[in-house]
Amino acid sequence: MGATASQLDKGMLSEYQELTFLTKQEILLAHKRFSELVPKEEIDRINCRIPMSLILTLPELKSNPFNERICKVFSTSDIKDGSLSFDDFLDLLSAFSDSATLEIKSHYAFRIFDFDDDGTLGRHDLEKLVNCLTGGTDDTNLTPDEMRQLIDNILEESDIDKDGTVNLSEFQHVISRSPDFVSSFKIVL
Amino acid sequence: MAGNFDLNQPLVGAGLESPADEEGVHVSFNQLIAEQCQAGERLDGFELQQLDEESRDYVAELGSGFESSGRGLYDIESDDDGRQTDPLVSVPWSSATMKILSSMPSRTIGRSRGAILSQYYNKTLQLRRRSQSRPSIRDFSHSSRPSIRGYGMEVDVIDGPQSEMEKSERLVNNLQNLSMGDRMKMLRGMPLSVVEKKELRRKTLQRDKPLTSSSKIPCCSQLKYYIIIAVRHSWYSWLSFLHSLQLWQFLLKRVGGRFGTGVLSYFLFLKTLLFFNVFLFLVTFLFLVLPQAMHPPELPEERRNFTGLDLISGAGHFTDTLMYYGYYSNFTLRRSCAGQHNTSASSAPDCLSKRLSYNMSLAYFFTIGMSFFITCIILVYSMSKSFGRSFRIDKSYSILAMKVFSSWDFKVIKKSSVELMSENNCTQLKEILAEVVQKKEKTGPCQALWRLMVHGLAWAICIGATAGCVISVYFFSEFMHKDLQRTARLANTNPLLKEASLLALPALVSLLNLLLPGLFNLAAWMEEYHSPSVRTYVALGRNLMLKVSVLAVLCYHWLGRVAAKPSDINLVCWETFVGQELYRFLIMDFIFTLLNTLFGELLWRLFSQRVLGRGRKPAFDIARNVLDLIYAQTLAWIGVLFSPLLPAVQILKLLLLFYVKVSSVMMNCQAPRKPYRVSQMTTIFITLLCFPSFLGASVCVTYTMWSIPPSTSCGPFRHLGTMFQAGKRWVQELEKNNPDLSVVAKVHAYLVENPFFLFVGAGIFLIVIYFYSQVVDGQRKVIALLQEHIEKEGVDKKYLITQLQSVHERKKGISRRLRSQDSGC
Repeated sequence: MGATASQLDKGMLSEYQELTFLTKQEILLAHKRFSELVPKEEIDRINCRIPMSLILTLPELKSNPFNERICKVFSTSDIKDGSLSFDDFLDLLSAFSDSATLEIKSHYAFRIFDFDDDGTLGRHDLEKLVNCLTGGTDDTNLTPDEMRQLIDNILEESDIDKDGTVNLSEFQHVISRSPDFVSSFKIVL
Repeated sequence: MAGNFDLNQPLVGAGLESPADEEGVHVSFNQLIAEQCQAGERLDGFELQQLDEESRDYVAELGSGFESSGRGLYDIESDDDGRQTDPLVSVPWSSATMKILSSMPSRTIGRSRGAILSQYYNKTLQLRRRSQSRPSIRDFSHSSRPSIRGYGMEVDVIDGPQSEMEKSERLVNNLQNLSMGDRMKMLRGMPLSVVEKKELRRKTLQRDKPLTSSSKIPCCSQLKYYIIIAVRHSWYSWLSFLHSLQLWQFLLKRVGGRFGTGVLSYFLFLKTLLFFNVFLFLVTFLFLVLPQAMHPPELPEERRNFTGLDLISGAGHFTDTLMYYGYYSNFTLRRSCAGQHNTSASSAPDCLSKRLSYNMSLAYFFTIGMSFFITCIILVYSMSKSFGRSFRIDKSYSILAMKVFSSWDFKVIKKSSVELMSENNCTQLKEILAEVVQKKEKTGPCQALWRLMVHGLAWAICIGATAGCVISVYFFSEFMHKDLQRTARLANTNPLLKEASLLALPALVSLLNLLLPGLFNLAAWMEEYHSPSVRTYVALGRNLMLKVSVLAVLCYHWLGRVAAKPSDINLVCWETFVGQELYRFLIMDFIFTLLNTLFGELLWRLFSQRVLGRGRKPAFDIARNVLDLIYAQTLAWIGVLFSPLLPAVQILKLLLLFYVKVSSVMMNCQAPRKPYRVSQMTTIFITLLCFPSFLGASVCVTYTMWSIPPSTSCGPFRHLGTMFQAGKRWVQELEKNNPDLSVVAKVHAYLVENPFFLFVGAGIFLIVIYFYSQVVDGQRKVIALLQEHIEKEGVDKKYLITQLQSVHERKKGISRRLRSQDSGC
């Protein structure tokens, strides 16, 4: 069962409405935008996957420093190349939608920030995260001293069991006290 | 269980597998250590494998997945600057230990499907149990309250390493036994991919079908099933309808994409105010304007023609229209009995009583009262929700962690804005880091005194300026009042000139509102504030002080001077005059805002770019613009009593203002560089809307209704002592007509007129608040205890890992000895 390029039928539409946090309009709009990205040859293939390079041409993701991580996290392909099917695309939009719960958002945020996919945010993950936040160009980078201090402080504030990494529960604990997270973790098509 | 972990298996790479790999998950440590000890005794068969193991053990570089933290467990290299590393971790961990560490439940909790399935199995079980005895806890979100977080987050390992199929089956079983709504909520909230959720749903529905298609079910529960499906379907279509109505969605997305959430919050606040006004307008239109429009009263003879000035001054032609209080009649409107034969005199009263009657004065009183009451409830509800979201219960400050984890605004799309945001993030991180790390400089007494003096001077300037404004408004209004008295006594006055002169006071007030915040900014520039949020609050406080005092003086002028002796200025209907004044103030405020936006911001941008040579456009001052909106809304709320169509004017004004502001922001401004805590500021704005603004307006209106005698010759409350008596009279009439309803009258007399119950109500309210604050205190203590507990568990974990490692070391040592013995022989 997948999405054909022509139309979504009513059964699938209501199923998606039940399983994701998107409304009917949002699902139809997502379908339209997804079909525009599908290359001409594969337009009739059911359940086609769009490669990451095409997904990154979407204006909502183009300039985001986390765009590649987002594709890799939501991709369910076996070769882990970041390609998205329509179901994965809906998953992405649902996690970033207005009505998604804090638990879902924090879960996916954690996975996006976990650059090395080891299940926790270690020092290297945090370093890469801060570099993404500050742009990574030379004049906006933090000095190595500042970076080390920053990461030490972050770990001191959020690592409760003192194992040197931030795991999912600790991350969710920090996020639950941050009221701006829900409003900033949103992408609207 | 032991079979899951096998030393003999060839280890991939450096012995690390991603935690998404289901093997080796949920292995308990004790068994492992026991196994290791047993394995240590049977060495023969393991020799060759041990050799392989050893060679991999000394792989120092174990991929990028390992942290080198001074305090961490897994330190492989020692730090270059000789910082103290944990003495327990000087040797590299064995690959076996690494494998265990990488598959620990605390690391796999988010990634492995099995863990998620177990977790949601527990949640659905709790939900099922709870739905049988008491209502289920709907909110599973990670609030700061640990008592709720504790539910359902129990150890996933309790079920043991069952296969995923079994876990999935049990979860499906639980899902089936939940109600439809709960089931959907559970499915939606699971952090699995859509494909997996489709599978679960399919399995759940599959087993459902035989039950529902069986004919043994009585028709009433089948009916219930159909009703539930129909309700769900209509709820979905209602939600999509609401979503398609989204006002300005595209424009808001562009603004958010370019400027971020801070500037967007101003436009969302504008939208909220628009909805409040729409609600007010609908209520007054349906209950006041429409009935009166269907039964127009007799108009006075002189009715001026429409001139252009009337749009701004609201007087002239508009005086005797639906717009103002004076137009509304005070009798009970009845439909005429035209077309009926009056055969006898007795049929006429029958005709009258059978038709619908509409008591206008009562309707006016109740409509205004009810709309204020409902607005109050909506405001308090949104304020408390917003406050609940931003209130942090425990005192620990994790500013840096929160900033790093939640500061990236995913809404921003435009590339230049993204770059700007990155730059801002860098600056803010450096600032916060400096604040956190640096110890407070000991400022000498001279410096402290100097700073105190500077602050005092700035405050003195601001308070002096505000006082000056207030006094000038007071005297100017008195001067205008006397001028009006004088012109009232003169016989021939040009009405146009009189109207134009009425515009002087609103113009003055709007001008002051425009110029003084600039002065406050200058004063703030002179002072140096350590933290930008304090600066924002101080600016907000000063602006608020100005607006509140100006509004207070104006209210005194209207209610204390004009309403007290309306005959002084030849006023037949003082309420209409006050309504016109408010209309004028609104329009003047709008005109000045437009001029400021169109010309002021444009000129300032050109000035700062060409003359001052700054590369950047000026920042959009969110706080000041929001305060302007709140000021206008206060005027509208005060004015609803005197001019029922004022919400319509406010709606038009807000619509126009939105488009003007959006285009101005796009052309002339950029996002604010200072850190802007969106949800905290939104809470503050809603609180300001509720407390000084709405409270002040309702106090004004209540005072008017309670103590000021209405005009005797116009409006729905003529011939009454106060407006409030409309309600009282109605209750008395009810009692007269129907003695059974005397209870209502007594209740009315005791509750509404007697202040004693108000005190008792307030007392109970305060006691409830005290209880809740004690609960919050207790929860804070619980949080501190739990954090200590988790730290101790971490110490336990370290101990177990090092024990594991030492067992492995011992085993290795034994095997090495054996090998050297063998090679010796």
